[in-house]
Amino acid sequence: MTLNWGLAAKRNALAERARIIGAIRSFFSEEGYLEVETPLRIPAPAPESHIDPIPSASWFLHTSPELCMKRLLAAGYGRIFQICNCWRAEERGRLHLPEFTMLEWYRAETGYFGLMDECEALIRSVAAAIGLKERVVYGGREISLQGPWERITVSEAFARYTPHSLSEALQRDLFDEIMVCDIEPRLGNDSPVFIHDYPASRGALARLKPDDPSVAERFELYMGGVELANGFTELTDPVEQRSRFLHEQETRLSLGKTVCPMPEKFLEELAHMPPAAGIALGLDRLVMVLLQAASIDEVVAFTPEQL
Amino acid sequence: MYTVADLRKGLKIILDGDPYIVIAFDFAKPGKGQALYRTKMRNMINGTILDRTYRSGETFDPASLDERTMQYLYKEDNAYHFMDNRNYEQIVINEDALGDTKNYLIDNLAVDVLLFGEKAIGVNVPNFVNLRVIKTDPWAKGDTSGSDSKPATVETGYVLRVPPFIEEGELITIDTRTGEYSTRVKG
Repeated sequence: MTLNWGLAAKRNALAERARIIGAIRSFFSEEGYLEVETPLRIPAPAPESHIDPIPSASWFLHTSPELCMKRLLAAGYGRIFQICNCWRAEERGRLHLPEFTMLEWYRAETGYFGLMDECEALIRSVAAAIGLKERVVYGGREISLQGPWERITVSEAFARYTPHSLSEALQRDLFDEIMVCDIEPRLGNDSPVFIHDYPASRGALARLKPDDPSVAERFELYMGGVELANGFTELTDPVEQRSRFLHEQETRLSLGKTVCPMPEKFLEELAHMPPAAGIALGLDRLVMVLLQAASIDEVVAFTPEQL
Repeated sequence: MYTVADLRKGLKIILDGDPYIVIAFDFAKPGKGQALYRTKMRNMINGTILDRTYRSGETFDPASLDERTMQYLYKEDNAYHFMDNRNYEQIVINEDALGDTKNYLIDNLAVDVLLFGEKAIGVNVPNFVNLRVIKTDPWAKGDTSGSDSKPATVETGYVLRVPPFIEEGELITIDTRTGEYSTRVKG
């Protein structure tokens, strides 16, 4: 009988969220992209050490639409985007929901730097569509959207923001801790920033840099200390991809985690995939930052705790 | 035994022999990296604040504290006075040690005082408490363009967001676990 006041109070956030989604669709439509829908429930998610799929009968809820979208790419769909729900077990916090909304897009015949340009154009266009003029205020900081946005390598970020070198952090198994505690909070506070060239071990589906195979052609976008997107130049070699998947599966096994079946159909079709780059952007987080919301809870109608 | 999955604001654990209360907690996961559990904890004896980051698989011992039901009497400077109604013994707890719970202490409220050995180091308040609104802007009826909530001050001095229809003098229920408005008390 009682009115759900908390839900009623989300009206503005939900209306802005819908406008943002509308602006995203317009952007991709103008860029010649095809909006696609791939199954949310799949038999074989991409094996990744630290991403845990949620079982659904004998299959799994997808953790991202990556493999099906790449099969579309391989079949000749050169510009595709998708907005869909994704599930990742036990991820819950200020920036995490176990069920969240992903915006993922792929573009043939481009590399990761080309995709950074496009990502920048997308966010600027979305911000303009909801009436934000070249700047966003988040966490008390004024973030200028005027381009070009800064691009720094992971190695430069370690040198700039921490007393440790990247190689030292990897050697001492402190990469994640340093990233979360010392680096992330400092990224994208004055203007959004792309951080790129991750250690090769941290890009299971990314191409290695031809002139430096110790790093993967992978990047992330940060705004106001919030990780918004992760993209890379796609690995298109099925033999190399299978060996990386096996390695990820071994890591999962050693951590006592479920090992899912190998995504065989994806591997069979990968050889036909053109050179391409793809990116996954956390839609809820983009809405959060644009609406100055402190928590992801504020920009979704229901959190799991409210169900 | 607690695991990282049990970590949340208000959890009390033993670290290096001392009881600590988690005062801030967040889950973090750098892209493609492993899950990390960031906590800020307060030593319940000396007030020292500690930042710790944990990985999956780590475990904690619960701080098993004795509890005694006492009545909140009054506040004097930063000292909050409580009385055990069975033997009329009075104790004092400092504002710092009370943390957020001080926002919910109204005269005569029954609370569980936490004891570490003989020392009173904090209180547990009920999950829901009713507090009277002493200051808030009036509701402009028919105003649908405005915001969905407004600030209100309750009798303990605590300020929170409430729905626009809440008026001064009304009694509201607050969820002490989140500090947020829950419902209006009718009548």
